[in-house]
Amino acid sequence: METAQFWGYRRPDGRVGVRNHVLILPTIVCATQAARQVTELVHGTVSFIHQHGCAQVGIDYEQTFRTYVGMGTNPNVYGVVVMGLGCETHQGRSVAQEIAKSGKPVELVSIQDHGGTLGAIAEAARIATKMVQDASALVREPFDISELIVGTECGGSDACSGLSANPAVGYVSDMIVDRGGTVMLAETTELIGAEHLLANRAVNDRVAKRVYEVIEAMEKRAIMMGVDIRTGNPSPGNRKGGLTTLEEKSLGAAAKAGTRPLQELIDYAERPTKKGLVWMDTPGHDIEQLTGMVAGGAQVVLFTSGRGTPTGSPIAPVIKIATNTPMFEKMRENMDVNAGTIIEGKESLESVGRRIFDELLLTASGKLTKSEILKQNDFGIWRIGPTF
Amino acid sequence: MPSYRFLMLNPKDNVATALDNIPAGSVIKIACQHKEYEIKVRQNIEFGHKFAVVPIKKGEDILKYGEVIGVASSDIAEGEYVHIHNVEGKRGRGDKENGNRSILGV
Repeated sequence: METAQFWGYRRPDGRVGVRNHVLILPTIVCATQAARQVTELVHGTVSFIHQHGCAQVGIDYEQTFRTYVGMGTNPNVYGVVVMGLGCETHQGRSVAQEIAKSGKPVELVSIQDHGGTLGAIAEAARIATKMVQDASALVREPFDISELIVGTECGGSDACSGLSANPAVGYVSDMIVDRGGTVMLAETTELIGAEHLLANRAVNDRVAKRVYEVIEAMEKRAIMMGVDIRTGNPSPGNRKGGLTTLEEKSLGAAAKAGTRPLQELIDYAERPTKKGLVWMDTPGHDIEQLTGMVAGGAQVVLFTSGRGTPTGSPIAPVIKIATNTPMFEKMRENMDVNAGTIIEGKESLESVGRRIFDELLLTASGKLTKSEILKQNDFGIWRIGPTF
Repeated sequence: MPSYRFLMLNPKDNVATALDNIPAGSVIKIACQHKEYEIKVRQNIEFGHKFAVVPIKKGEDILKYGEVIGVASSDIAEGEYVHIHNVEGKRGRGDKENGNRSILGV
């Protein structure tokens, strides 16, 4: 089998980045606007808007903390300026200390310690300017694809998702796994009804049991709320695209996982401990699951869509793959690859799979995706508890 | 007679997926491994949507990919359009376990 290489950046913790961002990381909602303004002042920085970081407790606190740290330690990030307020539950200092363990440059700016918003923006911008200049002096080097964690996702699915783009991504998943890389499957909600197929591929009984546990927990959330899960999933657009039930959507979604063994099942925003195919427990909500995978260390994401979507991440390039040609034509400025040729009978699954694989290596080596060019910096945490 | 594209994925399936807009009244021949059907499509079937390849009774499972994707909520005739008006998902349905609190009206 031929090997595959991409051009990336080695980080102090040994991991390899495909981007070289300086992240302005707001650890609290009250600092998000200041962080956004730093990105407007300083070229080469990224940030995101969110509503979290205060009055969260227990496992909900831990999950948000893990997500912040995961975003900061993602290998696509060169260095981090943590922006806090000062009085919040998720102390910026704790997040900065945890990120510093990766060996990358980290500084903390708290609004209450820097004379308010303007002082904090100026201080963060000064620090970020130095970091961007240092980052820009790095030169890409060749690395083996085994250094990559590739997230997979489907959003705005239609009946073609399970026939074209998802099985083509499944073909790519197998290619990556066979070359020593890691592929992340997520969207637990959208695997309800297909769990037996994945449990049968688990490397051991413990992983198979976990598959049934996370599916049961997700299904029980809907049952405990006493709601019709179809009000949330499949969505109105999914139904218009021909998907009738969640089970039908799930069987199509599972095709992204290819055919190789399932190595482990990890929690939201956790880093995989194994190579090969891994499953992260996330909701089906696109932005929340994308955030979870990137916080878990995914450097690139393959994202299939039938209805079309602009979604992207501030930190990881997201490659958009259209399941059908009419949508690809309508939303060319958002979509990177067309898998609709499979539906038209013009191209085989394998041929499209190879095109996606080539695009993955090009993207990992620096080619910008449409969502990056359009600055689609989405971020959303899967909240699992109430705020107090 | 024009030919229309569709896909039946597994011989166990009782539905097929249209890959063209198929007008009502079209007669189509389906072969999936050892099974062969000749069906008159009863309604317009849009691209990506499903129709029954055999008669399906209310309460029977709907099969696609050789797997269960839901249950028929009414009797479905051969060649009839199969979607949310006559199929219900079985999984995660808190409304079912709590006395039909659906807000979708389907």
